Amino acid sequence: MTMTPQTRRRFLLASGVTAGAALAAGAGGMGLAQLLRTAGQDRADAPSKKLVLVTLYGGNDGLNTVVPYTDPAYHDARPELAYDPEKVLHLDDALGLNPVMRGMKQLWDEKRLAVVLGAGYPRPDRSHFRSMDIWQTASPAEPVTTGWVGRWLDGTKAAPEAAVSFEPVLPPVLAGETRAGSCVNVGGLELPPGISADAVAALGRGEPGEPELQARAARAYGDLLRVEQLVRDAEQHQSPTPGGVEQEVLTTGPGSRSVLETQLALVARCVEAGVPTQVYSVSLDGFDTHAMERAGHESLLTRLDRALSAFVARMARTEEGRQVTVVVYSEFGRRVRANASQGTDHGTAGPVFVLGPVVAGGLHGEQPSLTDLDDGDLKATVDFRDVFGTVLASVLDAEPDRYLGGGYRATPLPLLTVD
Amino acid sequence: MSDSVGLLLRRAGFGPTAVELAAARQAGYAAALTGLTAPPGPDVGATGAPVPDLGPDAYAGKHDLTYEEKVRLEDLRDAQTAQLTEWWLNRMTVASHQAVEKLVFFWHGHWATSVKKVRSPQLMLSQHRTLRGAPDFTVMARRMVVDAALNHYLDGHLNTRQAPNENLARELCELFLLGIGNYTEKDVKEAGRALTGWRFSLTMGRSVFDPRAHDPGRKSILGRTGNFTAQSLVDLLVSQEACPRFVAARLWFRYGSSTRPIPKGLQEKMARAFPAPMAMLRVLLADEAFQATAGTMVKQPVEWLVGALRQLGVRPANLPAETRKAVLHDLENLGQLPFAPPNVGGWPSGGSWLTSAAAQVRLRLAGRVAEQTPVDQVTPESLAYLLGVDRWTNRTYAVLRGTQDRRQLLTLGLASPEYLVT
Repeated sequence: MTMTPQTRRRFLLASGVTAGAALAAGAGGMGLAQLLRTAGQDRADAPSKKLVLVTLYGGNDGLNTVVPYTDPAYHDARPELAYDPEKVLHLDDALGLNPVMRGMKQLWDEKRLAVVLGAGYPRPDRSHFRSMDIWQTASPAEPVTTGWVGRWLDGTKAAPEAAVSFEPVLPPVLAGETRAGSCVNVGGLELPPGISADAVAALGRGEPGEPELQARAARAYGDLLRVEQLVRDAEQHQSPTPGGVEQEVLTTGPGSRSVLETQLALVARCVEAGVPTQVYSVSLDGFDTHAMERAGHESLLTRLDRALSAFVARMARTEEGRQVTVVVYSEFGRRVRANASQGTDHGTAGPVFVLGPVVAGGLHGEQPSLTDLDDGDLKATVDFRDVFGTVLASVLDAEPDRYLGGGYRATPLPLLTVD
Repeated sequence: MSDSVGLLLRRAGFGPTAVELAAARQAGYAAALTGLTAPPGPDVGATGAPVPDLGPDAYAGKHDLTYEEKVRLEDLRDAQTAQLTEWWLNRMTVASHQAVEKLVFFWHGHWATSVKKVRSPQLMLSQHRTLRGAPDFTVMARRMVVDAALNHYLDGHLNTRQAPNENLARELCELFLLGIGNYTEKDVKEAGRALTGWRFSLTMGRSVFDPRAHDPGRKSILGRTGNFTAQSLVDLLVSQEACPRFVAARLWFRYGSSTRPIPKGLQEKMARAFPAPMAMLRVLLADEAFQATAGTMVKQPVEWLVGALRQLGVRPANLPAETRKAVLHDLENLGQLPFAPPNVGGWPSGGSWLTSAAAQVRLRLAGRVAEQTPVDQVTPESLAYLLGVDRWTNRTYAVLRGTQDRRQLLTLGLASPEYLVT
């Protein structure tokens, strides 16, 4: 079963936060043009460190991502799905990356990839909807209407461009009570038959004296067209390649374009252009792999691997880029034992990746036991709020306990190198 | 104040047809208001949209299912959910009693429950019947507190004496009956205890009470102590002074303005009409404060779509299956699919519907509606008449005059900023 865009939307919309006060406050109206116009303003004061959150929707199978290749329990539980020890990309003598993750392995060798093992939270919820909500709101005990980045936006009285998503709908993590991240639309323009861009542009013109909301409805059409143009420009954007290093191909032409690659290319462009955004939210769908998992999962991990490694390589080349830290997470891992359909069902803990030029590469935390299970599921060894707490403190220079909420006291992890 | 009757009909229902608007203007404001809030006789239009018979829930009485069987049952549930959603859209479109129909939609957003979590379209339909059938707010609240879909949505079935779950109790206080500031955390905890013991049965299609899981002890809630149960808890909450005012404010938020607070005087007047929701709404719509809100509300996607369908004479039930499916998909992408509110707080309002991402979907959906519209010939002027738009702005008029094609004209008119705001 793959996750359709509708299913992913279901997470976003079913989650407790997108419709909150933040959306009512008008999140989502910003176009890329507007965003890029913020570049270069107050450069001296602009915070330089950036966070890129990568959300893997659907529940990534952590055990086939960071593979415990020497553990007999792994091979016993997944006769059809387990990887041969010699195929995985060894991180140490027990764990290895999925064979397709060659770019990530290179980052690992360069000490720019940190793997947080066994991340989860108490009393795991196996509903996509609720569990993704928990990760994005950082509130496992009770549903709340704000995401942890959203609360940071509230608390810092942040500007609209402080947090940006290139997803079509505002992710709950960026929704605050009074503020929210901006949604910048990257989808290509599709108009109904016969409707020209000119007609839409004309519809988007303001009319003197019209009511504010009506003017805003008009602006949305203008934004739609402007963003389309800027996305095309961004796709053609050539970043400087110091030292004659060959330019990574971030997009490979129509038809083979990964949405995540496009989103990250836009992040790269914004970072290099000096846009003062501090948090970017991007995503990859489709990890709801209940049946015939292996091929589909490898295809997803390949896309993830290519997009991330190209992005980190590009970021390493500029001063702005070297301030970027990427965190990759999913709402839960999968059960240890494969199901009867060569897939895996909803589970609990999984690995979180932290990547970037200032990341302290290596393994963090402890790989959960495959034999000491909680009703067939892994027992989390690290609370995910410790990861988010660490980036709040180290990347956003914020007090973690203020924004994680629920009275949680985060234990910082040594994920970033000390500056 | 040039078009006060137009504002009344647009806000009280989903979108008046040209004929309805002309008749209401002829009758005058007071008569139009009475016609909306106390419609005579049965709803003749709605007879064209009989409630679908979904049969029992796909999982009723089933145990030990294989993965393949579960996939099949889930597909069946998805198909029934689509059937149910299409039915409601059709009902909204054909209903003659537009204010009654719109109020049901309002209640769905108030007691927001999503089939995305509940999964059972049968339980959702049962809740829908409860909302439609309740004679007043007190009875509605008494029935909703043990509604199977709402309980499932808010984990009421996990709320037992041994393992209390406060989710439903909290929303009962915060979102359904009182509003923030009118209760304490302790009240929520104690109310949670009163609500223990309810489960839902897919076979029976309703909630069942398990006395063994209920906490029969004494609870102190809002200064009163007693052996509260679900029913006596609701009676206590509804009898609070805050309750009628809260409901009045919620009605104002959806019918008057989502940005300006309800005027105090109007709130008190509406509270006096509690617990009769239609009477409260009538007070709101008759007030001069209501007229002053013209141009400040954005049509919710369902209002916009159903209004367009009504005005252009398109019946959802008559659309090709593929188009019906595409319409539901577009509505979901616009952020408002009936039976699937985003969260227990219901749908957003105002500017949040006006993102550029939504603009693209809206154009696409407008194109679909235009394609199905049986109108042969249309001009910018006749389109304004059909859609009940008082006047095109110069901008839109120029755009509409610049197109010769009937379908393009309809699409652009439906997507126009002035048609989105009321």
